[in-house]
This record gives sequence, structure tokens and C-alpha cells, in this order.
Amino acid sequence: MRPARSQDQSLKDLVTFSLSGALAGFRKSVPIALSVFAYGLVFGVLARQAGLSLAESVLMSGLVFAGASQFAVLGLWASPLPIGTIVLTTAIINLRHLLMGAVLYPWFSRLRPAAAYLTSFFIVDESWALTMGEHARGCRDAAFLLGSGIALFLAWVGATVAGGMVGDVLQDPSRWGLDFAFTAVFIALLVGFWKGKADLLPWVVAAVVAAVAAELLPGKWYILLGGLAGSLTGAMQNDD
Amino acid sequence: MMTDYQAVLTIACMAVVTYATRAGGLWMMSRVTLSKRMMAWLRHVPGTVLMAIVAPAVLSGGFAEGVAGLATALVAWRSGNLLLALATGVGVVWGARLVL
Repeated sequence: MRPARSQDQSLKDLVTFSLSGALAGFRKSVPIALSVFAYGLVFGVLARQAGLSLAESVLMSGLVFAGASQFAVLGLWASPLPIGTIVLTTAIINLRHLLMGAVLYPWFSRLRPAAAYLTSFFIVDESWALTMGEHARGCRDAAFLLGSGIALFLAWVGATVAGGMVGDVLQDPSRWGLDFAFTAVFIALLVGFWKGKADLLPWVVAAVVAAVAAELLPGKWYILLGGLAGSLTGAMQNDD
Repeated sequence: MMTDYQAVLTIACMAVVTYATRAGGLWMMSRVTLSKRMMAWLRHVPGTVLMAIVAPAVLSGGFAEGVAGLATALVAWRSGNLLLALATGVGVVWGARLVL
């Protein structure tokens, strides 16, 4: 009993997964890939300073491929490694992918499962946003996301290698203000997530709970507590 | 530091949970319909988690970090350029520490 919109009908017929779609996605992502590269350089440098070996930081970029969570766990990287906290933090920060995948579902459900689940590895904020933009403009080739994701993946992993090599050379990061890079990255990412007044109360709750928890509790529990308190506030206020 | 077993295990676990969040959206939608409240919760997760990371760092820092934090946010907001904002933040904190 779906509404008889012509777009739904054409969607069913026209969803494709082609090489030319992937190439288009790759090409259109080159400008974004450049900024991802520069951002990845920063990750590479900071990862070395957090105590990861070059091989470890490249492994992380290649297998995890999720910038915000990778930056976040660098703050937790200590000896002995708090594996549970690191994995939980990663999961919480990356929960947003669930929503992105859910939004892609009506489109990707028309693909073979192998193609859909392979492509889902390449869901990152940038590739997803670009792909949704193309979709709104009438693109129905789901391989666009694959091509876009591969472009960003190459930039991210390549930059991690390059940054890691620079990080070996760079001494005393606080002298250059680079210790602030962590916080600055998160502030800049945070600004991008502002969608309107509905975010105000959840964000204030997150900030207050996190600040109090950081004072009272050991470790990095404040990230989870602040994030949960804030996001649950957002879920509650959605009633009206 | 050489690559060690603990670190590789940690990274592998991170990779598994991250892929689960990516594939999970598709998988979940093929089985259940998310309630509006669940969708609202998911929508608020990234921003509030980032805020929870940022707020204690800025509040526990000094004057230089506070000013640099504001400058970073302002540039990110006006330009939408992550790198420009990052460079501004690092530059301001570097300058402010020299001056103060």
C-alpha cells in the first residue's frame, strides 16, 4: 500500500551497480579526498605521538576507516591497553553509521546482498553525504558510494602512512600547539553536526554531564556518560 | 615501539564493531522498523558524543585553549572547512601561549 509516486516506481526499475557509477563516485570525491588526506596526515602524526607504531596506525586506518573514532581512541591509548573502553568508545561514536545505513536501505535493498554489504564498508560521513546528494539529483547507481568510499579510503590510508613518517621526526608537539589539534578536530567536527535548535538542550546536557563526570570519575567514562545523557535527552524531547 | 599483539587485537575489535555499525543499518532495516524515538536517539548520538569529548578538554584548559576553541568553532561554522578550522585552532593556541 505504498503511495503511488512515480519516483518509487522508477527507483525499482533503475537501481544499478555499475563500473561507470563507481568511477563517477571516485571522480566526484577527489576534492573531498584531498581534505581527507590532510586530515589523515594529522591522524598519522598524532597516532605516532600516542604510541602506536607506523604499522599499527596504518592497520587501524585500513580496517576501521572511521576518523572521529580513531582520533578518540588515541586519547585512550595507554599501556596496558584498555581494550574494553576503546572498543566501546569506538562503537558509540560509530553508532551514527546505523542511521546512515538505515537511510540507504530503500536503495540498497535492491542490490545483491554481497554488493550491498561490501559497499557498506565504505560508508563514512563524507561519502554518505555526497552519495545522498547525488541520489537527490536523480543518480540511481549504488556503486557511486563504493567509488566515493574507495577514493576516500586511499586518501585516508595514504595520509596515515605519510603522517606517521612525519610524526617520527616531529618532537615536542606542544611547542607548536599541536597538542591542541585533538580538541580542535573535535570542535570542528562538532560544529558540522549542528542541525538546529533541537540540538541545544542535548548538547548542553552532554557538556554538563561530561564535565562533571570528568571531575568525579577515573578514565574516559565521561565520554560515554555525557554522550548517552545528551542523546537520550534528544530522544525524549522529540515527543512534541 | 614494535607492533604488539595487544594493539593488533584492539584494532581488530575496533574494526569488527565499526563494520557492524555500517552493515547493521542495512541489516536491521531488512528486519525491523525503527521507532521514531530510536531514530531520534541515533540522530543525536554523534553530536552529543563529540560534545562530551570537547567540553571537559576546553573547560579544564587555560585561557589560550579557551580562545583557540572559540576561534576553531567560529571558523568551522563560517567556512565549513575542517582543515582551515584545525589550522586556526592550532595557530591561535600557539600564538596565545607565546604572548601569555
